[in-house]
Amino acid sequence: MLLQPRYNIAENQPLEALLNIITFVKRVPSTTANVVITENQLNPEGVEFVLNPYDEYAVEEALAIKEAAGEGSVTAISLGAGEAQKELRTVLAMGADAAVLLASPLAPAADGATTARALAAAVKGREFDLLLFGKQAVDRDQHGVGPAVATLLGVPCITEVVKLSVADGKVIAEREVEGARETIEASLPCAITCQKGLNTPRFASLRGIMAAKKKPMEVIDVDLGTAAVEVVAMNMPPARPAGRILGEGAAAVPELVAALRNESKVL
Amino acid sequence: MSNILVVLESRDGSLRSASLEAVGAARLIAEVSGASVLALATETCELDAGVLGAAGADLVLMAKTSGHSAEGAAATVARVAKEHQASVVLLAATVRGRDLTGRIAALLETGFAADCTALDAAAMTFTRPILGGKAFTTVKINGPVAVASLRANFFAAAGREANAEVQEVVAEAGLSRVTAINAQSGGRPDVSEATRVISGGRGMGDAANWNLLEAVADAIPGCALGASRAVVDSGWRPHSEQVGQTGKTVAPELYIAAGISGAIQHLAGMNCSKVIVAINKDADAPIFKHATYGIVGDALEVLPALAAELQKLNL
Repeated sequence: MLLQPRYNIAENQPLEALLNIITFVKRVPSTTANVVITENQLNPEGVEFVLNPYDEYAVEEALAIKEAAGEGSVTAISLGAGEAQKELRTVLAMGADAAVLLASPLAPAADGATTARALAAAVKGREFDLLLFGKQAVDRDQHGVGPAVATLLGVPCITEVVKLSVADGKVIAEREVEGARETIEASLPCAITCQKGLNTPRFASLRGIMAAKKKPMEVIDVDLGTAAVEVVAMNMPPARPAGRILGEGAAAVPELVAALRNESKVL
Repeated sequence: MSNILVVLESRDGSLRSASLEAVGAARLIAEVSGASVLALATETCELDAGVLGAAGADLVLMAKTSGHSAEGAAATVARVAKEHQASVVLLAATVRGRDLTGRIAALLETGFAADCTALDAAAMTFTRPILGGKAFTTVKINGPVAVASLRANFFAAAGREANAEVQEVVAEAGLSRVTAINAQSGGRPDVSEATRVISGGRGMGDAANWNLLEAVADAIPGCALGASRAVVDSGWRPHSEQVGQTGKTVAPELYIAAGISGAIQHLAGMNCSKVIVAINKDADAPIFKHATYGIVGDALEVLPALAAELQKLNL
């Protein structure tokens, strides 16, 4: 892909100032998957699992920043069960340098606060300038892991970013809030959660897939301790009452408007 | 005596209405537990003690600072939560609210539940959608404080006769800061907060046909525009309008789906709408199984007729 000139990182940075980027990824059910709940858990039978779509934006941004800088490292960390090595291999094939699996059989169902504690503990002791997250994982939809990890590490965090520039030890980010766009600034080291629109994630090339097989994958067993959030029940959404077809084409419009006004009373 | 703390969000110095819904939800808990409801604005803004009191607040606190820093806001909330022995902290599940929820939980060393659609005040459990709305989970937070964000249109201000007292508190400093806020969406409400939504899909044929959707939206007060993922991925509409699993989840009173077939990730994102209207050429489209009312027909022919019929009503 073409290098984006938006990362204006000086070429003559000393070695110790290399950008170290950590990106966080999760293995999740595909958004096209049909969901069946069995005993308060997602029944994985017949469900395709993929790299969380928002994490693809985080990985792409990490790689693009590194490429624009010409130097640096991209490490991918995932809290997952053993199967999550597949998604980490995908990230390595996209171009990340190293991967770390924080392995726990309880990981796929872990709540946001518990996940954040495990990720923050894994980051402590590693050098980093940028932490890149997806804005949410599309399984638990908690939106809070990135900012919680940043809080535990004491670094700033900007969420749901759709535009990012990194220069001179500073990040300038834009995000869409309800009906408006915010510009937010922070200093490095910093955490970012990535929203759709930030970039177009690359596909792993054949060469990348081959290279990924030789890249380092560290597996660390983690004990998640007592969950911060306990699941009491898990259910399918309530069934909607049966609706009705009012008719065909524009001729059915008066009946529709009458129904919305008199029957449903929403107009 | 424990308290319920609600985080109030403001923009351009005005309180956002989603915050009043959270105050109403806090009142539900307070009525069961006997606790007081404290409402905290993390930035200086115009606060109407009468409105907040009616919504359910007993005491209103305002941190004296201009501009938004997420770290600063979270630290102020955590400090006030400790000072007032809050057992529950509630926020509106807006972009800013979701941002703060995880941070506040981290600072208070507790768990959090985002985007809740229901709560049980007696059992102190929260119900929230997962998998983009394909399933719902009911959770209990193990920790000293339950931190939860509440999705728009699921809770309501209490509507009681009461006044609240307003006090100023010190604001904590933050690390990042918002340097600019530029209004978008041309005066229409955001799709995630609107009580009426009209969305278009591939069946609209072309981006140029969106004027037909806009004409319907113009005839319905407070109507937002939405779009299917296919339409957003084609570049016809901005991502901020996308409804569904990789976009926004909505629950308006009225959701009109025009030229949308009803892919599973779209259905999950709008299935909680009170009334769903589907307009689609294909009588077998999955959207009709979820619709309250359906019209089989070309959206490009039905929408102008719908706009004309609605204009007659002068809503």
